[in-house]
Amino acid sequence: MERNSRIDLKELAVLLGLEEAIVANEIAEMEKEKVICGYHTLIDWDKTGTEKVTALIEVRVTPQRNQGFDRIAERIYNYPEVHAVYLISGGYDLLVTLEGKTLKEVSRFVSEKLAPIDSVISTATYFILKKYKDFGTIMVPKTESERMVVTP
Amino acid sequence: MRNPIAKKITQVQPSGIRKFFDIASEMDDVISLGVGEPDFDTPWRIREEGIFSLERGRTFYTSNAGLQELRDEICRYLERKIHVSYDPKKETMVTVGGSEAIDVAMRCMLDPGDEVLIPQPCYVSYVPCAIMADGVPVVVELKNENEFKLTVDDMEKKVTERTKILVMPFPNNPTGSIMTREDLEPVAEFVKEHDLYVISDEIYSELSYKGEHVSIASLPGMRERTIVINGFSKGFAMTGWRLGYCCGPEEILKQMIKLHQFAIMCAPTNSQYAAVEGLRSCDEDVEEMRRAYNQRRRFLMHEFARMGLACFEPYGAFYVFPSIEEFQMSSDEFATRLLKEERVAVVPGSAFGECGEGFLRISYAYSLEDLKAALGRLEHFIQRLRNEREG
Repeated sequence: MERNSRIDLKELAVLLGLEEAIVANEIAEMEKEKVICGYHTLIDWDKTGTEKVTALIEVRVTPQRNQGFDRIAERIYNYPEVHAVYLISGGYDLLVTLEGKTLKEVSRFVSEKLAPIDSVISTATYFILKKYKDFGTIMVPKTESERMVVTP
Repeated sequence: MRNPIAKKITQVQPSGIRKFFDIASEMDDVISLGVGEPDFDTPWRIREEGIFSLERGRTFYTSNAGLQELRDEICRYLERKIHVSYDPKKETMVTVGGSEAIDVAMRCMLDPGDEVLIPQPCYVSYVPCAIMADGVPVVVELKNENEFKLTVDDMEKKVTERTKILVMPFPNNPTGSIMTREDLEPVAEFVKEHDLYVISDEIYSELSYKGEHVSIASLPGMRERTIVINGFSKGFAMTGWRLGYCCGPEEILKQMIKLHQFAIMCAPTNSQYAAVEGLRSCDEDVEEMRRAYNQRRRFLMHEFARMGLACFEPYGAFYVFPSIEEFQMSSDEFATRLLKEERVAVVPGSAFGECGEGFLRISYAYSLEDLKAALGRLEHFIQRLRNEREG
């Protein structure tokens, strides 16, 4: 299911060798407990006419008393254009991924929204030029199989 | 001019699979379920290691029996998987695919006239290898009602004073049948009673879907009577690398290494380095492939039940072996018509021995999408045959 959220319930039950009702209950339970957090569609935007830029932003912040990084992370992830916020070990603290229509839009977000936040010490922005593989799926065309048709 | 051809080789029948390959490869839009090799690419870390070994200039021969590093890993692997220990120096040989090991084992163990029990349906090479080794192949026909498992009953009528070797081809190509410990126990007793040796071709051992694969070599008193043959083609999706191996008693392996040395020299060096990586760190990749095959297997069984196509549930390899008895035609005719009328390639059961007549080998080494498309066509064909018969 992680690879194909649209898989038919009946088919999934056959593949797993389980009763359909058991699978349905299990999924409902996982949705309730937020083990399954959502069902998304992986889109290769390069193939559409839509202009889109994705940026990775390293953010160094001063953690706040009693709340560590959580409070500041919340201030960032509440922006709808922010796709992901991770707390990172190493040279910086938060990794933010952001989608915007243009370079300008992204840089405006960084300079007007992100950088001015009190506890943000610095940011470094990287724009993604090409996605080769995303969410475990290879985005560039695969060569066709060269297996023979019939072998012993 | 004298006849250039030896009499022995003319006794060997050409493979029945060839004909289907020739027709199918000429046609467009064929969906094939006829392939006996994984649809997965070799796990990347194995391929990467193969490339690296070339970059490092490891392009020399290895020792005849194979890289010591690889033989050590093979023995560790077998210890872990089938719980039998072999000496990596004296009881292990790396071969060019499992097929070479089959050939060499027979040539090292058979004297002219020695008989070899070969359970059929089975992979196509055992009979020719026995003939070329001056042995006499004796076919043991397996039965659908036993789910194509080998029983003592089947062998009882075939064993003679001259019988020396029993071939154990499980998990089985083409039937998908497996032998559990309970199934193997009486066979092992029979082997000891008649003082036979076993060539156990376990190339599909990683693809067992009902508990752990059990090797006949792990049964009491059987290690010294068994050559275990395995390889990287199926479990590790490495068919084109041509790498297999065999383990057995030193006395036999010593002779096998001698023959291998003169005929082959050594298995491809970069394949050997790649395989070391496979044994060290690809358990998860293998497991993931196994899980995918198992899902497809369940899917096929479910679809066959829905279509009303009779088929026992196989628990090994990546084949199912449905019966086409209800259509009252030979499996060759069925497969030829299926190919011409619906453009689906399968292999007739008769290609794997006479007792495979009335069955088809269907491979599920294909993506679910391909399987669905092919089964749609197969169902269409079956419906038409049933209508024809009623009309």
